[in-house]
Amino acid sequence: MTAGAAGNGQVPVSGRLRRALASGRFVVTAEIGPPRGADPAAIAKKADLLRGWVDAANVTDNQSAHVRLSSFAGSLLAMSAGVEPVMQLTCRDRNRIALQSDLISAATLGIPNILLLTGDHPRFGDHPDAKAVFDIDGVQLVWTARTMRDQGRLLSGRRVDPAPHWLIGTVENPFSPPISFRARRLAKKVAAGAEFAQTQFVFDLDIFERFMSDVRDLGIDRTCGVIAGVGPVRSLRALEYISTKVPGIHVPDAMVRRLRGVPAARVADEGMQICVEIIQRLTEISGVAGAHVMAFGYERGIPEILERAGVGPRPDRSAVNDRAANDRAASEGSGRAG
Amino acid sequence: MPTRKHLDRIGAAPERRHAGWPTPVTPSVSARTLYRLHHLLEPNPVYRRLAAWLERNPTANRLFTAAEERIKGAVFGCRMCGQCALPATGYACPMTCPKQLRNGPCGGVSPAGMCEVNPDVRCVWLVAFERAEAEGRVEDLSLLQRPIDHRQWGRSSWVNYWQGRDEGMWTSADGRRQLPIVHRNDPGKPL
Repeated sequence: MTAGAAGNGQVPVSGRLRRALASGRFVVTAEIGPPRGADPAAIAKKADLLRGWVDAANVTDNQSAHVRLSSFAGSLLAMSAGVEPVMQLTCRDRNRIALQSDLISAATLGIPNILLLTGDHPRFGDHPDAKAVFDIDGVQLVWTARTMRDQGRLLSGRRVDPAPHWLIGTVENPFSPPISFRARRLAKKVAAGAEFAQTQFVFDLDIFERFMSDVRDLGIDRTCGVIAGVGPVRSLRALEYISTKVPGIHVPDAMVRRLRGVPAARVADEGMQICVEIIQRLTEISGVAGAHVMAFGYERGIPEILERAGVGPRPDRSAVNDRAANDRAASEGSGRAG
Repeated sequence: MPTRKHLDRIGAAPERRHAGWPTPVTPSVSARTLYRLHHLLEPNPVYRRLAAWLERNPTANRLFTAAEERIKGAVFGCRMCGQCALPATGYACPMTCPKQLRNGPCGGVSPAGMCEVNPDVRCVWLVAFERAEAEGRVEDLSLLQRPIDHRQWGRSSWVNYWQGRDEGMWTSADGRRQLPIVHRNDPGKPL
């Protein structure tokens, strides 16, 4: 386990994502969905596929309101597997007491990045009968974290000593109405304290470019790293699912035609190719800090996507980690990690 | 499980459609009218004395609060959080959002502008945006709304407003440059 508090009262932060964003190079993040089950190796398996290829990996917080291993535990496991985590934390299941407690816990154990969001409503999850907490909203949570870190205060006004040191992230969906308001909404989150933002899947580059134009006009990209969400749609079933079952994802008609226009056996390749092309386009859009790859359980395909898009592997990856990854991959075969 | 037809039939009582969580309500009065009416509610010495008197007289306070609930319930779907954000949200109530978002729409608004949780009604924040935009008040939506005080549920927000308890509920227009703190009260005070 990566050592957290070093005993001198200072919380060490590896901050690879922070450094990558500061360097101005195109950053890459990905997603690790924790398992539904008490398998301590599940996170490491996914981390092995990503190590060296990403600057950090998000560990989701009971994604889509489905019960999983916690993002806190998953983040610790990712760290011990050599991948810097971005711990996601939602307002769906916790009131302000639990949220602040989890934030302090994350800082104490050295989790360097947090991604704060409101969260999906339980109605979409595996416990639609659950109480939806939403004591505070995602913007207020960002604001609370910033106040904990920079002012050293809890929402109660009590001191947090020593103050935590995470990089604070948020999310935005450029494709959800009111579209003309989305950049201003991100500006609000940046005002509250967000230093990076990951977006919903970018499939429609026209809308996204307009969003980025608004972002640049507001000057948000100067203080907040905007990391565009991408992912390979590898089957028509997946296409159908994300178009109809997941709120807030916009798939343009041109992409639907392209995926439906190829023989069934070639849909997966075409989906990969579209993803590669989108990343390539993103690297050319001013103000885009990087790509956030959400691979729908196809984590093993991420290196290929990044390689073909010309954005991998990460420049400062360690040879030791690579060897460890190769060894583990060899011993476990190419089993799918989803 | 109620069908869409059932839901439409009980459309007059939106809160009954999904008992478990709030349902967005599009206000029945125009934003323009409400911005104008707001001046009638602004604190003045008479209102302050009335508010203080109401707080000393529980029965009168109950009646007054019930009247407020009736009026604001009919117009906004008010749920009586006791800390009204309406003047900063185009007079669409954010507490009717199933996630009770105080700071703008979530990322799940459908392309048609419908609420992700209640797909048969429009997102209240989209309604808020459109109303604010039509009245030239979109900048209001950039104000950071602080976390609410859950002890205020069921109390009169008018009384709270007149008593000055709403101050600091959201940041001032220049708050973004000042890096505001999240607290409504001075965190420097001894606890």
